[in-house]
Amino acid sequence: MNEFICGCKKSLPIALGYFPVAFSFGVFVVSSGLPLGLATFISLTNLTSSGQFAGVSLMLSQASYMEVAITLLLINARYSLMSLSLSQKIDKTMSTVKRMIISFGITDETFSLASLQEGTLSFQFMLGFILVPIVGWTLGALCGETLMNYLPVSLQNAMGIALYGMFIAIIVPASTNSRKILEVVLVSACVSVVFYYIPLFHVLSSGMKLIISTLSGAIYGAIRYPVRKEHV
Amino acid sequence: MSQYQFICVLIMAVLTYLPRMLPLTFFRKDIESTFIQSLLYYVPYAVLAALTFPSVLYSTSSLPSAIAGCVVGIYFAYKNKGLVFVALVTMMTSYIVSFIC
Repeated sequence: MNEFICGCKKSLPIALGYFPVAFSFGVFVVSSGLPLGLATFISLTNLTSSGQFAGVSLMLSQASYMEVAITLLLINARYSLMSLSLSQKIDKTMSTVKRMIISFGITDETFSLASLQEGTLSFQFMLGFILVPIVGWTLGALCGETLMNYLPVSLQNAMGIALYGMFIAIIVPASTNSRKILEVVLVSACVSVVFYYIPLFHVLSSGMKLIISTLSGAIYGAIRYPVRKEHV
Repeated sequence: MSQYQFICVLIMAVLTYLPRMLPLTFFRKDIESTFIQSLLYYVPYAVLAALTFPSVLYSTSSLPSAIAGCVVGIYFAYKNKGLVFVALVTMMTSYIVSFIC
């Protein structure tokens, strides 16, 4: 039970960062003319940001099921990499069902933060660790759908940056402490910036851009500064 | 909710869950390769960097408010102020600046 509480506490910042993003998702869905409740339903069952926005946009354009499927698969391919990475970090004796439960909660943010925890990850810890962000994400969408007219737009706009503030709070100290990480961060950020501003790359889905930017930095680091597990 | 919307959501949910679930559930070996181990070690930082830049600049209503939030966030992150504090300060800064420009 202690591990569970510890997991909840560790992921609280993620949940707080998720709330405003999910809120804006809720606003987006309702103001697009889609029925009330849909945003919350999607958030609870999908628990992902870019995939949800993309999926709803496709829904609005009456896309075929095949288009929805292919787009989502492209956007979500990056989760396989994160899932594979976590398979090395979790308790090796964890049962299949338990693995299937905790893998529902793998997101860019939970993955990053869980990877940075010391030692192996137990089922109890991971359960708490994914539960709080799920609540934050779903509640955010519910509030967005229902309370969008009661919260000032200026505040809604400012809330969008909170999640990035959290990312910055992870990257910056790690980069100041380690030259290796600083270089990896710079490579990934540069590739991501190039993808964003050069129109040639706009054909790539957001998930593909993320996966390529991520791998560029990580491969650079792995070649230039290899690390063995014992020293990690 | 129409049937079309419901099926779309189901497709989305399944194709979000499967890539998350399959490797973690069925890959049980230890990765021995130094290259892959190193790669996986760097991935969390690389993901966050790619997620943040340049998207952070467009996460609010105006570029100046986002830049202000970002700069203040980096300052307090450099001072090791913790995730929640940095996130809140970043948000408050861009909120205040959004009224000025």
